[in-house]
Amino acid sequence: MKTDILAIMWKERKGLFRVQGRRSQALLTMLSPLFLAIYIPWNSGPDWVESGLSVLLSIIVPFILVGITVPDSFAGERERHTLPTLLASRLSDRAILFGKLATSVIFGWGAMVMVLALSLITVNVAHWSGHVLFYKPAILAADLGISFLVAVLTAGLGVLFSLRSSTVQQAQQTLMAVLLLPAMLLQFGAVLLLKSPSAKARFEQTLATLSFEQIVFIVAAVLVVVDLAVLMAAMARFKRARLVLG
Amino acid sequence: MKAIEVDSLTRDFGGLRAVDHISFGVEQGQIFGFLGPNGAGKTTTINLLLGLLEPTDGRAEVLGYDTRTQADEIRARTGALLEHSGVYEQLSAEDNLEFYGRVYRVPAVDRQARIKELLTDIGVWERREERVREWSKGMKQKLALARAMFHRPPLVFLDEPTAGLDVVSANAVRDDLENLAAREGGTVFLTTHNMSEAERLCSQVGVIREGRLAAIGHPDDLRAQAGGPRVEIVGRGFTDSVLKLLRARPEVAATTVENRHLEIELSQETDTAALVSMLVSEGVQVEEVRRGKASLEDVFLTLMEEEK
Repeated sequence: MKTDILAIMWKERKGLFRVQGRRSQALLTMLSPLFLAIYIPWNSGPDWVESGLSVLLSIIVPFILVGITVPDSFAGERERHTLPTLLASRLSDRAILFGKLATSVIFGWGAMVMVLALSLITVNVAHWSGHVLFYKPAILAADLGISFLVAVLTAGLGVLFSLRSSTVQQAQQTLMAVLLLPAMLLQFGAVLLLKSPSAKARFEQTLATLSFEQIVFIVAAVLVVVDLAVLMAAMARFKRARLVLG
Repeated sequence: MKAIEVDSLTRDFGGLRAVDHISFGVEQGQIFGFLGPNGAGKTTTINLLLGLLEPTDGRAEVLGYDTRTQADEIRARTGALLEHSGVYEQLSAEDNLEFYGRVYRVPAVDRQARIKELLTDIGVWERREERVREWSKGMKQKLALARAMFHRPPLVFLDEPTAGLDVVSANAVRDDLENLAAREGGTVFLTTHNMSEAERLCSQVGVIREGRLAAIGHPDDLRAQAGGPRVEIVGRGFTDSVLKLLRARPEVAATTVENRHLEIELSQETDTAALVSMLVSEGVQVEEVRRGKASLEDVFLTLMEEEK
């Protein structure tokens, strides 16, 4: 299956950003992570490698980049009438599914690795103090781990919606709507906390008892569970006969 | 072993029966034409044979593999050009073939040689690096045909490969199909509603109508079923008495007159000169005489008419 997944990835990589009308849009969207990789470290100084602020980018960057590419995975093939031929080939369901997932994940995660490197260069250039600044091992591990899990989550959800959408635009809109849901819930939770001083105090107390590593572990554990659930749902939703009938 | 063996294959979509207990066989090395009007069940049959859809009833074997349980084996050994060309327009012609070469695990060394061979055959080698998006529909179909045959499958499914093409492009695709099929060997399952295409390419045809198999056989046998040889006479003076005399002759099966055209369907091969001589002696002014036989289109139209 590895060879088949690689074949799909080869095609996806060749076609990435070559879809008519979306190339400039995609390139523009790529500029924002690059801007963040320079602007935030420049302003944060050495804190950038010590405070764990970079974990924020680990969530945003793969979310944006995978969110742009993954809706095209199946909806794009359907829109361009290439899906039936692909389904009539010898490739297994899993090879097609994981080939498409892997391309988006590697793209989003790979971009995050580059953003981490670029922000490290920025912080060293802008705040040079005679020695090289580098991420604390726990922060680097959190950056790499969380960004990977966010990339998998976004890709999994994207594929899930792309499988049933008739157009890329429809898949994109559904994915964005669903991904906005947890953000809205977090906002709602924050408002509730602000309204109740006692709850806010309790929350702050709990947070204070947890180390950075513990918080990252909890977030990562939740992401692993959600990722697995989404991947299993995507596998269950990949029905060749249903895809053939559109 | 037959390349395709279909036994009472049936497929329903809700209350609609798209394929209705069809049975037929396709010999290896044959170009089999599956004819039928739009919506007759041709594409559904291909999807069933490729194991992309499960039959509601009946069974089919393709290259000896059961479509229900061994669909992966079938898809690994067949090529397909479906309703749409399925070429990746954002990729070059070379990359399109390279991708499917990788999919079918054609070794890297052979892939390059095969790409050159096929793109040269269809006359686009010089344009191999162009994005297919810039190409005409006919060129995309030729590329799709090359893609379907890339891994030298023993069986290729072609779903209306010339549909929507202009006469020149359609003819070019047919030429390529004929050449590739002759050179590569193997079996071709071709659906079409173009009768001249079927007549030119197919050694065996099946006619499907509203999901049911209406006829199957060699084009010559089907033509014979639809009627014997014909004589068309253009002229004046086709009076009732002349037609009555004509119909009384044993070799004449039927006659029809439209404007100045008299069409005589013969029940057996006969000397046309004797017929013409009789008509002239009865005062008919003959301007033109043409001999012919029922075309596949006549067969098709007769079958469609029977249904009505």
